[in-house]
Amino acid sequence: MTAGANPGAPAQFVAQDLYEVRRTIHPRAVHGWFAAWRWALVWATQLVFYGLAWLPWNGRQAVLFDIAHRKFYVFGQVFFPQDIIYLTVLLIIAALALFLFTAVAGRLWCGYACPQTVYTEIFLWVEKAIEGDRVARMRLDAAPLTPRKLALRAAKHAVWIAVALWTGFTFVGYFTPIRELWDAVWGLNTGPWETFWVLFYGFATYGNAGWMREQVCKHMCPYARFQSAMFDPDTLIITYDRGRGEPRGKNASKRPGKGHCVDCGICVQVCPTGIDIRDGLQYECIGCAACIDGCDQVMDKVGLPRGLIRYSTQHAMERKLTRGETWRRAFRPRVLAYSAVLWAIVIAAGVSLWQRVPLKVDVIRDRAAISRQVEGGEVENVYRLQIMNVTEAPRTYAIRVAGLEGVAIAGADRVAVGPASSAALPLKVRGRAAPGTHRIEFLVGAEGAPDERVSEKSVFIVR
Amino acid sequence: MNEFTSGFWDLYISIITLVSILACGVLLVAQSKRRVAGGETQTTGHTWDEDLGEYNNPLPRWWMWLFWSTIVFGLVYLALYPGLGSYAGLWKWTQVSQLEQETARHEAQFGPMYERFAKMDVETLARTPEALAVGQKLFLNNCAQCHASDAGGSTGFPNLSDLEWLWGGTPEAIRTSIAEGRLGIMPPWGTVLGEQGVKDAAHYVMSLSGMPADSIRVARGKEIFSKTCIACHGPEGKGNTAMGAPNLTDRVWLHGGSEPQIIETISRGRSDQMPAHKDLLSSAKIHLLTAYVYSLSRSDIAPHRK
Repeated sequence: MTAGANPGAPAQFVAQDLYEVRRTIHPRAVHGWFAAWRWALVWATQLVFYGLAWLPWNGRQAVLFDIAHRKFYVFGQVFFPQDIIYLTVLLIIAALALFLFTAVAGRLWCGYACPQTVYTEIFLWVEKAIEGDRVARMRLDAAPLTPRKLALRAAKHAVWIAVALWTGFTFVGYFTPIRELWDAVWGLNTGPWETFWVLFYGFATYGNAGWMREQVCKHMCPYARFQSAMFDPDTLIITYDRGRGEPRGKNASKRPGKGHCVDCGICVQVCPTGIDIRDGLQYECIGCAACIDGCDQVMDKVGLPRGLIRYSTQHAMERKLTRGETWRRAFRPRVLAYSAVLWAIVIAAGVSLWQRVPLKVDVIRDRAAISRQVEGGEVENVYRLQIMNVTEAPRTYAIRVAGLEGVAIAGADRVAVGPASSAALPLKVRGRAAPGTHRIEFLVGAEGAPDERVSEKSVFIVR
Repeated sequence: MNEFTSGFWDLYISIITLVSILACGVLLVAQSKRRVAGGETQTTGHTWDEDLGEYNNPLPRWWMWLFWSTIVFGLVYLALYPGLGSYAGLWKWTQVSQLEQETARHEAQFGPMYERFAKMDVETLARTPEALAVGQKLFLNNCAQCHASDAGGSTGFPNLSDLEWLWGGTPEAIRTSIAEGRLGIMPPWGTVLGEQGVKDAAHYVMSLSGMPADSIRVARGKEIFSKTCIACHGPEGKGNTAMGAPNLTDRVWLHGGSEPQIIETISRGRSDQMPAHKDLLSSAKIHLLTAYVYSLSRSDIAPHRK
């Protein structure tokens, strides 16, 4: 193998790095329609995240995932590990929603709502407030270590760490009552796991939003890669209008024959992943639309129409579709199918939650005494009923057996169960029946709450 | 394990492990750079299907530090934990020591509760709903497999919820049954009594419980009973709790009360064993179980049995 440029001559060998030193990206701050949307979502998600943990509800925390006692409180509902199906459904809804939004408008999640984006936005804001905008920060990076630089850096990291620790604290506050945790933090007597998770989650926030930033999206995030699989030629992506922009050059408006791109480089400077959108769609693009906002401002200044960089689709670019035509293509089979499935599951989950009976019963047939002869020729079967009271009030349940003539419960047929707890009730069913296996049903109902009724199947065996 | 007692295998495993880890480091250094002819397109140098190359899109440097940190982690792990042959590791961790730690933690958590219950006597515990709730859990986990969830027993396994006791129903007797176990043996009388003799004895036993029986056989059986059975079951057939001989007059049948079942019991004998639990359960747990079992037949005192 020889170098093509100089055939015959001995090749000049150079060392080539297979690992590169990361280039620091200082995105320029940007204002505009899409930046406003991102800030709206930063506020919305973070108000919920930081605030919800403090919301009281009927004398307890409104949202609390009590792993130690395996009870998960979400507003008026209490979920038990047996309700894992709802978590599954929630994850399916989240996945389908991701598919749908991605098919329609690309990486909306990445650009506006992903915690990585949201916390990076917050940390960038802090950085800008303390160290200044892009140019000031780049200068500071290059400057020698002076007391001023040290002070700025110390201040920035102090604020970052404070935000990160507050985030870690809030996160743990969803798993252990946050008010008790607050007191424990100030008394310095948090448990070992609480301490670990506050610090770990805080460290993850500080590391990812402060240091790793676009590296997370480029090299660590699996969603970043598989979302491209849901793109098609009608998906809205952030697009540079090559036909209008090229050939690019300074003072485009004053030189006829030139394209509209004035080659100011703003779209590159605002990009949080440091790419040039004019090279076309790239996997690094998180769809944040900062370049759209940046370019629109420049277009306003030079007196050209906005939208040189805009949300558009591959087909719209190739076929010169109008805005209306592009939007109509959003209603394509793929999008309709995702929407139909998503709505079906949301409605089914909603109905199921609405109809949920706050009582769970498991019937475990005793294996020790399959069928026991008792005095007088009657037969006795033994069952263990696991009765879970999912309400937050104490209940007394009455139990009846149905489905087979001549058998009834012998002994205790009522049991009191405390709020959000369970009880095991050994139960005898006694009576006369033909030899064989008979289907029976246990009817368990709460006294004073006629809606809280459950029936569970079992069998009665005579041998 | 015999093949591991020779020092060779310890060495063999240790060397392979360490050399592999070091080889990872060598590989990482060797593969972090490569020399290419100047002017050549920047590819990784891999070629597939004759002419398919791959552009060099370098991984970030910090990614390489992750590889180094796994190597460091591996070496630190092998220094702290037993991973190299018979080397015990600096922390001297073993499975047994971990089990002991967890057991100690469990003891620390539940110890005070059991200690409190251990200081109360059985009569008091049997009136304490909180103690009975724990007792029930212990019963369902340890006893219900044979005695059924309701303690009503089954063929061969005595009913613990009635007032009839094979070995006595005092708290002390119940505790001994649980802790030490019991071995109840009815010897086989078939060859001694003969087929008719067994049947006669069976009819007499049936008559003791007021069941319909052949009066001639009852008369003959009574004679057999007074010579053979009386030693354990007593002159009136009331049994003997000192040796676990059942009361034959109470209509409670451990192995069934039909004529064929009684004949089977007499001619072939029975051997019932309650296993000892003193090595399986702590004395505090046995104390609670005693109280729970005691409470089952005492509806007069136990709060939840009314």
